[in-house]
Amino acid sequence: MKKLIALLLAVMMVLSLVACAAKTEEPAAEEPAAEEPAAEEPAAEEPAAEEPAAEEPAASAAGSVYYLNFKPEADAAWQALAASYTEQTGVPVKVVTAASGDYDTTLNAQMGKDGAPTLFNCGNAAALANWDSYCLDLTGTDFANELSTDSFNLYNEAGELKAAGYCYESFGIIVNTALLEEAGHSLDEITDFASLKTVAEDIHARADELGFDAFTASGLDGSSSWRFSGHLANMPLYYEFRDDGVTEQPAEITGAYMDNFRNIWDLYINNAAADPASLTSSTGDEAEAQFGNGEAVFYQNGTWEYSNLVLSDDLGYKMNAEDLAMIPIYCGVDGEADAGLCSGTENCWAVNAQASEEDIQATLDFMYWVVTSDEGTAMLAEQFGSVPFKSAKAPENVFCADANDLVNAGKYTVSWAFNYTPNVDSWRAGVVTALAAYSADQSDANWDEVVSACVDGWAIEYATVNG
Amino acid sequence: MISLRKKKKRDGSAVNSDLLRRPIRKWFPLFILPVFLCFCIGFIWPFLQGIYLSFCTFNVPSDAEWVGLANYAKAFTDASFAHAFWYTAAFAVVSIIVINVFAFTVAYALTQKMRGSNLFRTVFFMPNLIGGVVLGYIWSLIFDAILKNYGTYLAANATYGFWGLVILVAWQQIGYMMIIYIAGLQAVPEDMMEAAKIDGANGWQTLFRVTIPNVMPSITICTFLTLTNSFKMFDQNLALTGGLPQVIDKVNKVKINMSELMALNIYSTYNISNKYHGVAQAKAVIFFLLVAVLALSQQYATRKKEVQQ
Repeated sequence: MKKLIALLLAVMMVLSLVACAAKTEEPAAEEPAAEEPAAEEPAAEEPAAEEPAAEEPAASAAGSVYYLNFKPEADAAWQALAASYTEQTGVPVKVVTAASGDYDTTLNAQMGKDGAPTLFNCGNAAALANWDSYCLDLTGTDFANELSTDSFNLYNEAGELKAAGYCYESFGIIVNTALLEEAGHSLDEITDFASLKTVAEDIHARADELGFDAFTASGLDGSSSWRFSGHLANMPLYYEFRDDGVTEQPAEITGAYMDNFRNIWDLYINNAAADPASLTSSTGDEAEAQFGNGEAVFYQNGTWEYSNLVLSDDLGYKMNAEDLAMIPIYCGVDGEADAGLCSGTENCWAVNAQASEEDIQATLDFMYWVVTSDEGTAMLAEQFGSVPFKSAKAPENVFCADANDLVNAGKYTVSWAFNYTPNVDSWRAGVVTALAAYSADQSDANWDEVVSACVDGWAIEYATVNG
Repeated sequence: MISLRKKKKRDGSAVNSDLLRRPIRKWFPLFILPVFLCFCIGFIWPFLQGIYLSFCTFNVPSDAEWVGLANYAKAFTDASFAHAFWYTAAFAVVSIIVINVFAFTVAYALTQKMRGSNLFRTVFFMPNLIGGVVLGYIWSLIFDAILKNYGTYLAANATYGFWGLVILVAWQQIGYMMIIYIAGLQAVPEDMMEAAKIDGANGWQTLFRVTIPNVMPSITICTFLTLTNSFKMFDQNLALTGGLPQVIDKVNKVKINMSELMALNIYSTYNISNKYHGVAQAKAVIFFLLVAVLALSQQYATRKKEVQQ
């Protein structure tokens, strides 16, 4: 036995030396290829690959598309669309969806393999910094010419269009207007934080008599906490960055609007049926069910909830679209009567520049088809609502319509300041910890811990990531 | 040659005759080869590549860039890693004791002649069939429901998380270790027990002087399994608390996930940014060495106490 172990170890030592020697050469060989235009790569790979490329029409037919989808809720729609495209053109389209919250891990794993994704999601500046060398410059492609706005695109430092926002989303407070009217209020009453507070507190006070409460549970379980550590925390971040003119990731934040964060958080947790002390085990599904079953008037979430609340047969809420509206999140900031919804996107398509030429062409063709064909635009409108393409169809999603209306009425859009968050998961974990402790015991000292989790936490995460 | 011939004479007509054995002895490498290849592809190669990557910064393994010991320097100076180490060590000590003491006691009780002992064995073994993540979520619901009565919750502090995890793994693993102990206890020779009885040994004396020395091989295996299981604990930790609560050390400017075990710490390090992939890899190598050294020394220590039957 001992001899065997000794032998194995010796073999390992030798192999590891060989591996090191072999491996150090590889990156050196790859580097020049990365600097040169990506188009040269396939030619260097195999002479056989050149043959089909010589015939023009065959070239696109030879390629295939592999889309690593970022949104699990749209998986079924993408699979159907991909199948239909393959049927019509013969080009194989593979759609794989990463598990919720696991996109980065999945992308890392997939990119390391042969047959890596040709189309993937590159949603923010941090992701672009990681994947810049994998993103094809989309400038001037047929697909890019179909974009109706520039505001959701990502450019690298050289000014190349590396990722294009294919849809944008908004979040705010979803309101069940039927219940609101049943409680004797109307949507017009709510124009700022003070009026929202009045309405919410009135409903909460009469909850037993009305049979429903003001807010759904503000659960801090992992399936729900992102609504607050991510989306709600965007409010103080946005206003602070707006005042300070921040346009890139800051090393520190001041927490100037943390009192406003406290205003709205207090309103959420103290005007709901859920016990503030047990929010850590309260899930996202629970809040959705409370709203879907008409047990609460207000529910903070985004435009993507439309399909769950109105369309989904599985969930069975089947709410009336006319009874739903989305209003801005008010937290007591001056001039917020002019606020619109919080809109932005982490859904940006990037084409894998290191894929073969045929695959890149096939992918670009597929993208163009999705945003121009009748079938594709119909699917985009249904699944994603607000889509920045010239031939986009009007969304039936009322929340997207509300977002558009607010923009058209001249309200300012609250952008997604949380995209600047350094080491985002860890930062949010700190905020959730502090929010949970504060909710159980709403003292000033505990709120100071929330402020510390946001402000000190930011500085530490920034130093960790950039240190 | 002489000994061989002797053997041949003794079992010349048996199935394992020399005629059959010789080709096996000659050709066994060929038969081992497929499995050995799988082992190389699935274990040795990734292991070696992992060691290599711990000296690199990388986004995906193919664009690794050599940086020497920088990753190890970062790993050793990381306060959250040190915290995770001590937390894991404490967890391992407590869970090894709890699991083995309870498993042995239950096994001892169930090897006494009693009605329904087979049913009990089956029932106690069943928690082991449930996956770690599922267990973690279920137990977090249970703990939260209990703690709710006291106005608190599982992620409120690391102590709750610690004992929660101990209860969870004890519940999960006691049944498994019990089966091993039962096998060990049943192998204790009857005549030894009888001799002890005739010599007038009482129950405790029999237990400590006869039974336990005889089940030392089972104790070796069970402590080995519980030791490595507790050090490698990941999914239960992730699902139960996810490392929360997170505290900020304002003096040293670091954040520490208070209920984070080493494996989860490595996982979350990897996710900080692509600069940290190599650091996580370095931590994983350190982690491997640590578990290997601990497990081997434990084996050495308990093996010495085993007796020949």
